[in-house]
Amino acid sequence: MSGRRVGKGRLPAVLVVPAVLGLAFLVLPLVGLLARTSWAEFPSRLLSAEVGEALRLSLVCASLATVVCVVLGVPLAWVLARGDIPGRRLVRALVTVPLVLPPVVGGVALLLVLGKRGPVGGLLENWFGVSLPFTTAGVVVAEAFVAMPFLVISVEGALRAADPRVEEAAATLGASRWLAFRRVTLPSVMPGVVAGTVLSWARALGEFGATITFAGNFPGETTTMPLAVYLALETDPQAAIALSVVLLVVSVAVLASLRNRWVGG
Amino acid sequence: MVLGPNGAGKTTALRALAGLLPLQDGHIRLDGRVWDEPPRTFVQPQQRQVGVVFQDYLLFQHMSALENVAFGLRARGTPRDTARTRARTWLDAVGIGDQARKRPGALSGGQAQRVALARALATEPAVLLLDEPLAALDAATRLKVRAELGRHLRDFPGCTVLVTHDPVDAMALGDRLVVIEDGQVTQTGVPREVARHPRTPYIADLVGLNLLRGNANGSVVTLDVGIALTTVDANTGGIYVACPPSAISLHHVQSSAPNTWKTSVVGVEQHAHTTRIHLEGGISADLAPATMADLDLSVPLWATVAPESLQTYK
Repeated sequence: MSGRRVGKGRLPAVLVVPAVLGLAFLVLPLVGLLARTSWAEFPSRLLSAEVGEALRLSLVCASLATVVCVVLGVPLAWVLARGDIPGRRLVRALVTVPLVLPPVVGGVALLLVLGKRGPVGGLLENWFGVSLPFTTAGVVVAEAFVAMPFLVISVEGALRAADPRVEEAAATLGASRWLAFRRVTLPSVMPGVVAGTVLSWARALGEFGATITFAGNFPGETTTMPLAVYLALETDPQAAIALSVVLLVVSVAVLASLRNRWVGG
Repeated sequence: MVLGPNGAGKTTALRALAGLLPLQDGHIRLDGRVWDEPPRTFVQPQQRQVGVVFQDYLLFQHMSALENVAFGLRARGTPRDTARTRARTWLDAVGIGDQARKRPGALSGGQAQRVALARALATEPAVLLLDEPLAALDAATRLKVRAELGRHLRDFPGCTVLVTHDPVDAMALGDRLVVIEDGQVTQTGVPREVARHPRTPYIADLVGLNLLRGNANGSVVTLDVGIALTTVDANTGGIYVACPPSAISLHHVQSSAPNTWKTSVVGVEQHAHTTRIHLEGGISADLAPATMADLDLSVPLWATVAPESLQTYK
């Protein structure tokens, strides 16, 4: 190839310069993070007690939160996509609120409702003796709250793209709506469910604002990795960097697993 | 057999029978059992004994052909192994037992159509509903599948309702024809009768006849388009007059034959071995190429039709 560009002309500098600046702005901090990592100490830091604890807690809580998201979110997505319910647009808007809500506000809201004096938290306390705020379970609740919209939106999109008449075909073959959902619809939207699950998990893993507000910061109990990073930054910067690199690697892995759907082409 | 143009309401009627669309009014009954009678009764589709072959088949893409056919049996509680054995038998019956493990995406149009038919038949429904079962096939496949489909439909013990816009399907596959136009039933009867005595311009066009309305007084019919024709039969009152376009001849000079009228050409259409001339009053004439060469179509002509070629019916 001679490098000639037929019919398009040169890229205008007025677009190229901001584009390069924008790219540098996004990439340089990540490069800086990797450059400042002391790789010799990296394995030992990762295996240190506090880091290991935060890592384990993060993985457990994010996975449990994702399970909650799937169990509640997939049916919610189905109802939004297929259910003939009044005010569906309003419900859809409400579902996406946690997506744009500052997580701290979400944490405050959870505290007000699920706290000891909150309407739901009071009932849980009186009836079951369960208190969610400032516990590991509270971390799961906070993470599920912010992560679920990702799952619902992803699955609902897949459901709306799938032909609803296939469910009708299943009905004429004698399948109840539940059976049709389980054996026909769910398998056909599985890529959307997987994508939503991965996104929810990644969001839950990185959750900070709602967690620290609702669950507090108690090492071994509610200090997940993002909280540990924040905490370590003042006392032990190298630990903070090591934790950050772990989170960065997880993020890139998530992106790679979704590349065909989100950043392909 | 339900025949009608696109948008006439054929698929809607089929969906109502399957229970996918509740009726607003009227009723659906089968052997004395009410399926749908608003506002009281509505039997859900999964409770109706129907098998449906959808126009685009709607096969389950993530299942093999065998699992598709076994699905209805499984949904109705047949044990897994029995369902698979019977599904295999049905696939063999429609001639694609060797494709049982393939996904629908890997099947040809004709094979997918057969899987859809086997899936609908496997639950042994009381009513088999087919929505344009041949429309998605190419011309060569259609010919073969139509013959096979006819055989399976004859073997099927229940009732069949087949919806189509193709008169060939309707004539080849049906023993009773219902014509729907614009949401209304316009004609019913055995296919041969409907083909011989069309009562709407749509059907007349499909079966290739000129259809005219007129008022009879003895053997003279005054057509609504203003032409008076002599017929063999004597009638009184409003009647239909039908004749094949090939029975009408065109001349430059007025002949003394009966049933001659002055007309002019409004359109010309080339068919395989004839030329169809559209005349005033919605009448068509088919001419052989040799006759065409002798005619100047730009001037008014004289049209003639023999009384024996005219069919009259109420």
